[in-house]
Amino acid sequence: MQILQYLINGISIGAVYAIIALGYTMVYGIAKMLNFAHGDIIMVGAYISFCVTNYLGLPAAVSVVAAVVVCTVLGIAIEGLAYKPLRGTPSLAVLITAIGVSYFLQNAAQLIWSSSPKNFTSIVTMDPISLMDGRLVITGEVLLTVCVSVAVMAGLTFFTGKTRTGKAMRAVSEDRDAAQLMGINVNRTISTTFAIGSALAAIAGVLLCSTVPTLMPTTGSMPGIRAFTAAVFGGIGSIPGAMLGGVLLGIIETFSKAYLSTQFSDAIVFSVLIIILLVRPAGLLGKQVQEKV
Amino acid sequence: MKNRMNTLLKNKNSRTSLITYLVVIVAFVVTQYLYSAGSLSSSVKGYLVPICVYISLAVSLNLLVGICGELSLGHAGFMGIGAFSGIVIAALLKDTIASDALRLLCAMLGGGVIAGVVGFVIGVPVLRLRGDYLAIVTLAFGEIMKNIVGNTYAGIDKTGFHMAISTSKMPLEAGGKYIINGPLGATGIQKLATFPMGFVLVLFTLFVVLNLINSKEGRAIKAVRDNRIAAESVGINVTAFRMKAFVVSAFLAGMAGALFGLNYSSVTASKFNFNTSINILVFVVLGGMGNILGSVISATLLYVLPEALRSLEDYRMILYAIVLIVVMLCTWSPKVKEYLSVAGDKLSSLIKKKEEVGSHE
Amino acid sequence: MKKFVALLLACLMVASLFAGCGSTGSTETEAAETAAETAAPAEGETAAAENSADAPAIKIGLTGPLTGANSEYGLAVRGGMEIAVAEINAKGGLQIEFKAEDDEADGSDKAVSAYNTLKDWGMQIFAGAVTTGSALAIAAETVNDQIFMLTPSASAVDVAMTGSNVYQMCFTDPNQGASAAELMAEKWPDATIGVIYDSSDAYSSGIVDGFLAKAEELGLNVAVDNAAFTQDNKADLSTQVTQCKDAGCDLVFLPFYYTEAAQVLTYANTIGYEPTFFGCDGMDGILNVEGFDTALAEGLVLMTPFDANATDEATVSFVEQFKANNDGKVPNQFAADGYDVIYALYNACVAAGIDGNTPADEACALLQEQFATMTVDGLTGTGMTWDENGMISKAPAAVVVTDGVYVPMA
Repeated sequence: MQILQYLINGISIGAVYAIIALGYTMVYGIAKMLNFAHGDIIMVGAYISFCVTNYLGLPAAVSVVAAVVVCTVLGIAIEGLAYKPLRGTPSLAVLITAIGVSYFLQNAAQLIWSSSPKNFTSIVTMDPISLMDGRLVITGEVLLTVCVSVAVMAGLTFFTGKTRTGKAMRAVSEDRDAAQLMGINVNRTISTTFAIGSALAAIAGVLLCSTVPTLMPTTGSMPGIRAFTAAVFGGIGSIPGAMLGGVLLGIIETFSKAYLSTQFSDAIVFSVLIIILLVRPAGLLGKQVQEKV
Repeated sequence: MKNRMNTLLKNKNSRTSLITYLVVIVAFVVTQYLYSAGSLSSSVKGYLVPICVYISLAVSLNLLVGICGELSLGHAGFMGIGAFSGIVIAALLKDTIASDALRLLCAMLGGGVIAGVVGFVIGVPVLRLRGDYLAIVTLAFGEIMKNIVGNTYAGIDKTGFHMAISTSKMPLEAGGKYIINGPLGATGIQKLATFPMGFVLVLFTLFVVLNLINSKEGRAIKAVRDNRIAAESVGINVTAFRMKAFVVSAFLAGMAGALFGLNYSSVTASKFNFNTSINILVFVVLGGMGNILGSVISATLLYVLPEALRSLEDYRMILYAIVLIVVMLCTWSPKVKEYLSVAGDKLSSLIKKKEEVGSHE
Repeated sequence: MKKFVALLLACLMVASLFAGCGSTGSTETEAAETAAETAAPAEGETAAAENSADAPAIKIGLTGPLTGANSEYGLAVRGGMEIAVAEINAKGGLQIEFKAEDDEADGSDKAVSAYNTLKDWGMQIFAGAVTTGSALAIAAETVNDQIFMLTPSASAVDVAMTGSNVYQMCFTDPNQGASAAELMAEKWPDATIGVIYDSSDAYSSGIVDGFLAKAEELGLNVAVDNAAFTQDNKADLSTQVTQCKDAGCDLVFLPFYYTEAAQVLTYANTIGYEPTFFGCDGMDGILNVEGFDTALAEGLVLMTPFDANATDEATVSFVEQFKANNDGKVPNQFAADGYDVIYALYNACVAAGIDGNTPADEACALLQEQFATMTVDGLTGTGMTWDENGMISKAPAAVVVTDGVYVPMA
């Protein structure tokens, strides 16, 4: 029974990683940049949701919508101000700018909301399901996070596969120059990607803080890095890969804490990651691209 | 002799190297003069060694990122290995070698060698990966290192040297002294680092890296960066060169780490985290990838910048972030660069006009 | 080449920026100095207090994390100290000039440069650092410089042991762990105990070391002693709570800060796990976390030297002042420790006749004499004294959270 509970705990945190990783992988797949500020947009989303429910007294659903709107606008603004001018430069230059943006968001959040932690009120009001005399507990948060991340994964797969904008995104991701020649507005496509990625970050922020209630200006950074790892784990750029990578990372983390060592769990998780990447150098579901001269 | 000098100056690569050495030496002489004249404040004196350390780190990472084109997010991990092994070596040699400078040198070399060996062991499997996958593996390595060192205990007692990687504190005989104390990090370190030694480290790093870049091997490494498959097809052993650059870079980072560790009385494993790796990467990218002098300058400026912003108190880190973004845009964005050059032209024409007006009067 | 020009331009911009700020900073201090100068003759004419007034203010410095992940603690200490300084300066007599620098909770270069900045400012007494890592790095420097150091919250034994000039205002970690074990042996001798702690943090692991040693000595039944987390994986603490639940622990020891503790209590509540939770001084503040349902902390036992709801006059006025300065935020023990540090230093300075003209090393020797014999009453304890190592001795106080407030443990 114990093992089932750990599994559920693992899926719980894993689903949160997964939904963050989906945002990462989306932006990486299309814009070919590691957006290290993604974790901090998550934090902003969580703060917005917190403020709307706690200060304005509005229902949780409204707060999620507000968070999504604010984060989308923020994402577009960041993209326009900090990333767009660097289009066409080496991806490292954009990476460093993203780090600058990440520092900026963290420090701005500290000035706006102060550094004292806030306890996020979960948006889930459902009572946890208790099985086997309370030895196995499934919380509403787990169910919601899993459902949302599956839905987001399905939605993104549909979006990139079937819609016009989605196809344009894939074209940009395959070959930017060719896409431009085909009449695709590359700049707008990338901006749209950022908008979607940031909206996902807002949802991820609300779910992250519903599961892990401590909300601080640095809340997003560690889960952000974990989720980035998860995205690479699953094969960065692959949407189902991000989902799989996130959930697996959560389960590995929980199991290594439960059965091996809590002190060394970081080392264990990252060692597993390295081993998997050595066996499958493009991640679990990533495409192995054959390079041509 | 004159001839040789001429060819040396005509060759663009050796000219840049020469300028780099000159800048570093002049900077050292000036600083050392100010130091001995007593006109440096304690805080400026305190920056000197870490600046040398970060210059070495930036230059060695530039070898990997700029010259080889491999993104590493775990440079601080090698720095950490160098720091902790250097600290242990310095403590062990305490009774054997009396001279502080010599002991420091041994510690730095030892730290460098151990970091280099770890770099080799990791490099063998990991260098099969490329691009962002290599980046994530180096990140993972940095985290593993931090986690393990955070649970390492090392100490000396009557029965000799003990070391354990464990979850609970390793017991020592009475009167024993811990060198590395788990989450507390290394404490009670005897400070050995000096600014001249930092300068020697910078010179050594420059010497190694510049020679490697300008050698035949360096050209091969650059060829691998620019087009791996083409390089492979003309018979360049890609893996061997990547490996060499990786190990050299780890070795230099280890030396820098040892100097860093021996400059403070305590060092914790969490210092060598992802953020530090990223900071070093920022130095490299801002200074220009492949541009060694650029790394030297940007490491110095960016290290001092947050310190110089102290008067802003709580606003200083946000301003640092803004400066970082603005500088990135100014140095990289084609549009902003164009705008700047137009503004520059206008400014110069404006000055010219003024001069003309002046001459008319 | 163009890149260099651009870089240079950017640097110039930055330079001009902080040159501008630098000058505003210096005008402020100048203004303060001129104010002091104008005040001095006036006081001199009336030949007021012997002890100072015409002498410049004593310069006391603090380093702590004012930005970044740990800034919560640094800002709290600074807030507490600022209140004490303002109160003392309003009294007249010996004046204090106070300055806080950001060390980002770093254990090496950032901490030392924060300290060096204070030294350049002319600091005579060091009232930091806030975190253990920074304090360890700085303590060795203060020994070299012979600057007196009284840290409000860096609680590792190694800090106090660095030198004879280093003193602590807080309990040392192993002592606190040992007192926790003693209290448990007294109140819950038959409990099955679980321990969750932060293995990447010196404070938390220091307490656990002391606790486990004492628990073994007292024969306590510790069923889970290795449920650790690190700063990197603290996002998920459910596994550790589940481990304690599965081992049937009815008393769970949580020797870490309230930020993570809120997480543990919330998760335990969701899965319906209701042991007695037992915290240390880092737990103080949990009731004031915004959005935290204090009902979850009902029955929580914690060892804290400070209670913001205490009704004595000093605490009430301190809490009021702190709230007024910090948007209604309730101070925690970090702030109270900071406040006590300034008063302890002030009392010692008055007693030893130290003023703004006393060189730092002389002040250091004089203060050591004072602290060897001095007894201090403050917000975090009464009759506080220091031993020859610079460690504090004050009575550990345990409280139980009942109806959302601390109630002293019977």
